[in-house]
Amino acid sequence: MTLELFFISLISAMLVNNIIVIKFLGICSFLGVSKKMSNVWGMSAAVMFVMMMSTAITYPLYFYVLEPLGIGYVNTIAFILVIAAVVQLVEMILKKYVEGLYRGLGVFLPLITTNCAVLGVAQTNITEARNYADALTITFGTVLGYTLVIVAFSAIRIRLDSANVPKAFKGMPIALVVAGLMSLAFLGLQGLV
Amino acid sequence: MSEKAIKLNKKDIFMTGVIKENAIFKMMLGMCPALAVTSSFESAFGMGLMVIIILTLSNLVISSLRNLIPSDVRIPSFIVIIATLVTALHMFVQAYAGALSDSLGVFIPLIAVNCIVLGRAESFASKNGVVDSVVDGVGSATGFALAISLVGLVREIIGKGSIGLGILLPLPFETTLQLFPSDYAISVFVSPPGAFLVIGILLAIFAAVGNAKPKKKVVAKK
Repeated sequence: MTLELFFISLISAMLVNNIIVIKFLGICSFLGVSKKMSNVWGMSAAVMFVMMMSTAITYPLYFYVLEPLGIGYVNTIAFILVIAAVVQLVEMILKKYVEGLYRGLGVFLPLITTNCAVLGVAQTNITEARNYADALTITFGTVLGYTLVIVAFSAIRIRLDSANVPKAFKGMPIALVVAGLMSLAFLGLQGLV
Repeated sequence: MSEKAIKLNKKDIFMTGVIKENAIFKMMLGMCPALAVTSSFESAFGMGLMVIIILTLSNLVISSLRNLIPSDVRIPSFIVIIATLVTALHMFVQAYAGALSDSLGVFIPLIAVNCIVLGRAESFASKNGVVDSVVDGVGSATGFALAISLVGLVREIIGKGSIGLGILLPLPFETTLQLFPSDYAISVFVSPPGAFLVIGILLAIFAAVGNAKPKKKVVAKK
């Protein structure tokens, strides 16, 4: 894969087709954990681990096992099982070898099994990625985009807490409007690639 | 007497799912499809129908197997059951409503990880009888379907000035109701930012209505 293709895939996955504000995957975690900055870094790191590992497994699994056997249609079930297993594995490895990180990520790891961003990326990679390296690049760009948006959103929400918003808009409604404005900003990057 | 009590109970279970614990507007669950597929009324409605089917069937299967599934492995078992149902439905939709399947894309397989489906399985179907679970499934899913259909309707009307019928769903007719000239439509509402804005503003409206209600009651008592 050439350097040019690498950067096109990376930028397009990170900014142009941002997973949260343009493709609407992983919204639950986006709205759920963005109240505290420390949670945001934990969740992003956990998503990074799990998404990279699950793509590394699901892409070859689909093209070298499921597709040749003619059972490509069970991909959803197979991918969910892979993701659940990866989450379990990451949890066990971290618990044994990186105690501090495990305590930091602990709560977020089980949540990732049902984070639709992970399954969504695994699914779209099958149809959109050119090859294995491209799939990994797209996944890496996606995670960078996920982290960028969720960190920025969290920083805005911390300021919103002390802002004087109309009573009806307090809490979730104003957060969603902010997300809408962020999405509008990302829509402006559409012509980048 | 007792039969009446049970009936009321069923109605309560249903209405709790539709209004009091509405997945989108009250619990903020299943937000991904609510934002992604609501750019038109039809795709939102189609998604709602699919979630009703999946949630009813998954609650049915899981509540009837609840005494057989060991509690240590219940979450993986639930996920496999749900994913199997979703795969079957995906193939069915691909065969009979191709346009809908193309427009919803990756969000059909993603019903399998929808928080609502797993949430109801874990919090209701794994603890209650078959009939109650089915009622609960239909109720929660109907609440979800109504909510996203409303969002889809608002977005399509403001964003396009029209409502399309029969374009995605396999209806016997195909029409587009033009409510006002499309020159006056605000097209950002059918693009991604509009989803956040519409749900945010709808939530604010519901909050405003909710805030206004208790005050009236207090005044009436006095």
